[in-house]
Amino acid sequence: MNVQKDPAGERSSADTGPMVKAEQVHKSFGRVEVLKGIDLEVRRGEVMCVIGPSGSGKSTFLRCINHLEKINAGRLWVNGHLVGYREKGGKLYELRDREVAAQRREIGMVFQRFNLFPHMTALDNIMEAPLRVKRQPKAQVKERGLALLERVGLADKAQSYPAQLSGGQQQRVAIARALAMEPALMLFDEPTSALDPELVGDVLEVMKQLARDGMTMVVVTHEMGFAREVGDSLVFMDGGVVVEAGTPRDVIARPQHPRTQDFLSKVL
Amino acid sequence: MTVDSDVEPGRPEAIKAVPVRHPGRWLGAAVILVLIAMFVHFLVTSKALEWPEQWKYLFSDPVLKGVRNTIWLTVAAMIGAIVFGIVLALMRMSENPLLRGAAFVYLWFFRGTPLYTQLLIWGAIGSLLPTIGVGIPFGPEFHTWKTQELVNVALAAALGLILNEAAYMAEIVRAGIQSVDEGQTEAASALGMSRLQTLRRIVLPQSMRVIVPPTGNETISMLKNTSLVVAVPYSELTFTAQTIYASTYKIIPMLVMACLWYLLLSSILMVGQFYLERYYARGTSRSAEARQRIRFRGGGGGQ
Repeated sequence: MNVQKDPAGERSSADTGPMVKAEQVHKSFGRVEVLKGIDLEVRRGEVMCVIGPSGSGKSTFLRCINHLEKINAGRLWVNGHLVGYREKGGKLYELRDREVAAQRREIGMVFQRFNLFPHMTALDNIMEAPLRVKRQPKAQVKERGLALLERVGLADKAQSYPAQLSGGQQQRVAIARALAMEPALMLFDEPTSALDPELVGDVLEVMKQLARDGMTMVVVTHEMGFAREVGDSLVFMDGGVVVEAGTPRDVIARPQHPRTQDFLSKVL
Repeated sequence: MTVDSDVEPGRPEAIKAVPVRHPGRWLGAAVILVLIAMFVHFLVTSKALEWPEQWKYLFSDPVLKGVRNTIWLTVAAMIGAIVFGIVLALMRMSENPLLRGAAFVYLWFFRGTPLYTQLLIWGAIGSLLPTIGVGIPFGPEFHTWKTQELVNVALAAALGLILNEAAYMAEIVRAGIQSVDEGQTEAASALGMSRLQTLRRIVLPQSMRVIVPPTGNETISMLKNTSLVVAVPYSELTFTAQTIYASTYKIIPMLVMACLWYLLLSSILMVGQFYLERYYARGTSRSAEARQRIRFRGGGGGQ
């Protein structure tokens, strides 16, 4: 049974149901099927880590959650809203650009390559969306922007341009930028993969703090230590399907599936 | 024994080698100096240049009017071409094949025919389109104007330059927009920014770094291409010089005088281009020193 069916696009089970719910999500690029039926749920406040070999579809799935990629089959809900579509009378209607944009405001995303806006200072990067999208008053946005920079340990870098920051500092600014929109869900797409090893720790520390504060997070990562320590659940994907899911302790210590065992033996 | 090696025993003596001599450079410099001397001698002694005659007209009312027309045509043509060029560039990158096709055909025509010929057509626009009307296509017209009255020579000259230049600006803008990393658009989308906001706040400002240098060149070209509106015919700087020598027969002095004005104006544009480029390069270098280096290198020439 599908409890989340929300015919009018309104929140039917918001605040109680799962934050993310995927049912048989399929995604193809041309003739290559990258996701072959993903079913999973992320509860409110849960930190879900997604691991798997490259090409397993984990990043694609993450991008489907905020509709950067359109799914070809199945259903995907975030916070009780059907992602990218409105269902009415058994038919699906594509959402307009502005409706998609409104959905994305609930979802923060952190990219592997940071994607900070290089022509803006760190503070301006953080202030841009609250100012332009939410049209909040400038003084308030600035105050919160500075507070966020402080929270990620970069209070002194407000006026620095991204090119003047290290990779780890850029990624922390990117996290602050996503948090400035006060999202209900944070998506992390291999946030530490592009960083020099000695810079990984600072970024993970910020993410741990975020998890402790109760943020719902889906983290595609190769950091097994982070998954074990911070993750509430661990999902192993391969070949476009969820091969194995469970608590990080169980999956890492006692992988059931041979493909999981094989992958873990290589990364641990 | 140097002082250094006293302080730091064991450190080898600093190298003091005889530098390589470059006789070729000295020879080249000598040739250039002689040529410069010959040129200056020519400027001072040549009877044909008639400097007093040039001075007489340099700030005369007709010439200043010609300069004014050259300036406003350049400014209007570039502003119009940039705005229309952005529209054309967006059309070329549209997902709608009809918009893409229309932009392509536009570019094909306006880049495929000479500007001078296009301006001649603008001069004869009255015979191509005798009237211009507002109404339902293929249906009744609500109001009709005589083209000759609606499009005077000044407007014809400006439109001719704008429509031609827009084709080139479209390609420059397209290259600029495509130079911006796709991750930028994704990051903006993920923050809930609309497509227009993303374009205006994120993509266009970054594409400026690629767009500004060639646009500066286009502006300097445009300054000189305005002289082609003699085809319309509209009176600007070169046309004014021609009008004057048509009655005084001082051909070379008037043309050199026009060149002096063009050189002054293009020099001003090059200075403006330098500051504009520096502004849009912000955030791309790591330090203030790096910016300083860019300034040093970029200061050499605007072309």
